[in-house]
Amino acid sequence: MSTVSVEDPERSESPVHYLNIHYGVKSWLLTTDHKRIALLYLASITFFFLIGGTAAVLIRMNLLTPTGLLVEPATYNKLFSIHGIVMVFFFLIPSIPAVLGNFLVPLMIGARDLAFPKLNLLSWYVYIVGGMFTLYAVIAGGVDTGWTFYAPYSSTYSNSHVMATALGVFITGFSSILTGLNFIVTIHKMRAPGMTWFRLPLFIWAMYATSVIFILGTPVLGISIVLIALERAFHLGFFNPALGGDPLLFQHLFWFYSHPAVYIMILPAMGVESELITCFSRKRIFGYSFVAMSSLAIALLGFLVWAHHMFVAGVSMYAGMVFSILSYLVGVPSSVKVFNWTATLYKGSISYSAPMLYGMGFIGLFSMGGVTGMFLASLGMDVHVHDTYFVIAHFHYIMVGGAVMAYLGGIHYWWPKISGRLYPEGWARFSALVIFLGFNLTFFPQYILGYLGMPRRYPVYPPEFQVLNVMSTAGASILGIGYLIPLIYLIWSMRYGPVASSNPWGATGLEWKTASPPPTENFEETPVVTEEAYAYPSREVKVA
Amino acid sequence: MPPGIPLAPPQASTFAPGVDHLFLFLLGVTGSVAILVFLLIFVFAVKYRRRSPDEIPPKVHESIFLEVGWIGIPFLLMMVMFGWGASIYYQEFHPPAGSLEIFVVGKQWMWKLQHPEGKREINELHVPVGRPVKLTMTSEDVIHDFFVPAFRIKKDVLPGRYSSLWFEATKTGRYHFFCSQYCGTNHSEMKGWVDVMSPADYQQWLGGGAGGESMEQAGARLFQKFACTNCHHPDNSGRAPTLVGVYGKPVKLSDGSTVVADDAYIRESILRPAAKVVAGYQPIMPTFQGQLNEEGILQLIAYIKSLKIPETPERMKTAP
Repeated sequence: MSTVSVEDPERSESPVHYLNIHYGVKSWLLTTDHKRIALLYLASITFFFLIGGTAAVLIRMNLLTPTGLLVEPATYNKLFSIHGIVMVFFFLIPSIPAVLGNFLVPLMIGARDLAFPKLNLLSWYVYIVGGMFTLYAVIAGGVDTGWTFYAPYSSTYSNSHVMATALGVFITGFSSILTGLNFIVTIHKMRAPGMTWFRLPLFIWAMYATSVIFILGTPVLGISIVLIALERAFHLGFFNPALGGDPLLFQHLFWFYSHPAVYIMILPAMGVESELITCFSRKRIFGYSFVAMSSLAIALLGFLVWAHHMFVAGVSMYAGMVFSILSYLVGVPSSVKVFNWTATLYKGSISYSAPMLYGMGFIGLFSMGGVTGMFLASLGMDVHVHDTYFVIAHFHYIMVGGAVMAYLGGIHYWWPKISGRLYPEGWARFSALVIFLGFNLTFFPQYILGYLGMPRRYPVYPPEFQVLNVMSTAGASILGIGYLIPLIYLIWSMRYGPVASSNPWGATGLEWKTASPPPTENFEETPVVTEEAYAYPSREVKVA
Repeated sequence: MPPGIPLAPPQASTFAPGVDHLFLFLLGVTGSVAILVFLLIFVFAVKYRRRSPDEIPPKVHESIFLEVGWIGIPFLLMMVMFGWGASIYYQEFHPPAGSLEIFVVGKQWMWKLQHPEGKREINELHVPVGRPVKLTMTSEDVIHDFFVPAFRIKKDVLPGRYSSLWFEATKTGRYHFFCSQYCGTNHSEMKGWVDVMSPADYQQWLGGGAGGESMEQAGARLFQKFACTNCHHPDNSGRAPTLVGVYGKPVKLSDGSTVVADDAYIRESILRPAAKVVAGYQPIMPTFQGQLNEEGILQLIAYIKSLKIPETPERMKTAP
């Protein structure tokens, strides 16, 4: 949080903008400016990313040897639990929506702020309170249920700090709900004159779809976590069969939220991707309405596929078949997006700027994650690879290869707008490359490990799996360095980077029509929109 | 293990070749599409790279045919993937009649297995090659999962209910089995070996060592020990219905509904007798929750299963 308040006081000649209008801790902690709140989130999720990342490093180091290099199994179980819980609930879910979404939704639609600025600040405090409970659980000794909290292990058998963690996740859920509510109202009511629905940037469509999931899904997660807590504290029998409960009920409730949560993580990434691809190929998006509607299709179909996490859990054969076919249906709009992005590049003017390198990396890694999802949706195949490293590789390709790559691409793309400074381009391209290579070396071997049958959550494994595990750990070291490089040069650039112009990329979009960084009220006067999104100039030529 | 990296586990069940074929099909189809997309991105990125800072690209017209094509073709391919996967899943839900039934109890952090003839083992499963084997599985505590990579099968093992898994081994040898549902501290130690033997070796193995008492006999002993006979008379003259010939048959309940007296119903009736009372009887049976472990319940079920109408009185007398 302190990093962002280091604003250059010497730039006295620079105009007043949202960063230099007020100084001091109080001006940040009591701000209702969506841009400042976005930066509060940026600092907080970076902090949690470092915690989750440290756990990941320890996990990978421990897996260097078949008997576990560093820690006892009990400690290992706490490491992967903390890694999952922190990365999912405290980094990935808020990452693009709460940082880039907060910063950009009003700017992109030509509004002065979100509809409910105080609610927006409240959502950050709620997030922090939830985070504190989870941090307490980590410091007090950890939790060992995995991020999935499966009952009756979590409700009855685990001797770790389940309650504090569950409370943390429960509280943080309200932050998501408030953010989703704020975005939906803002997008409905506060668009600038002329900004019709089909002139909205695709990032806004993605935020809208994500907000729908926030509001519909998060309460169910809250309910299931409360039920776990009640069973744990008062022995009310919801999930434990010894108390008359049903353990599959928990899995249904949990995945009803947590499968859509995957789309909370990837839909915003897809929105960022549409902005990157168009800007750096200077092209209108190919198939605007298909890309926009596929976001809504994913958000809605995403609610109907949860039991594909349960094909071997004891659901009936027919349930398995229904959820398999629905899972394939949600694959269609996702692939539509990939094809449209690819087509957008056709005859474009393609620049290899750092955000575009991240963006192209995103397509590659997301596609790999997507096609391996086709394996998992196929029932006979899933029975073999379920709960193995194949699944681990698959969802890391989506959530890290996809979502984190797009998040970093977006951070680089909008960094001049956020900070008013440019980052060192060479370092940024280099880090994109390091992350891409490190990521593949980390996670590709895990597909093979999974097919060979190595189960997930195993600190100790048969020796024949060692070579692939060593490859994966080597890749993780490269990946870790790749993530640290941007952290260093982005912080550096806030003070020493060249001053950015209002539109360094020559991009369309209202956020580029105001100063960098924008003034507190975003626009000097309310903009009027007269054209579609991505109206890049083009030459009229005969189609061959 | 030979040097180098294996790419697939051994194929040792009738399911394995089918799953591997499906895998190759999925790899071929999705790999081709992915490579096509990557190639296009690469070619476009090189061919249409920005040559001057103020370059203006030509206009490209959208095509509804392309959109419909790349919605329709992937959809059709996916339906093939669905159908193929579902057909394997269907087979996995239908064990052949006459399968050898073996009972599995998972607990933190070990597997206890029992063969109908009475032989017990821990973290080892001996099975004959070339004969369908059905595992009836339950857990004493949390959820576990029985996974045999060489057979390409797995199934969660839940407390409070029976799940089942079947396979037919095709090759003798020793193969890993793992618990693949996270179950706590020593989850990764909850593994063992499936030993696939020739039928003759399996018979010999069954005969050797301890465990002279079959599951049925053990169940009969428990039936006496817990005084079940006081009420459940073989000739239906007691305060409770007879259990002779009841297994697998429909039972009319006091609320007018009907259930089939399968493993799950018998298990429930032992642990929660009042849940489904047979029509015409009072809910007077006490619960045996906490007095019987999962293995004991499985033995009682094996015994009740054996109570066929003509020969039953004989057996009850000879039971130790």
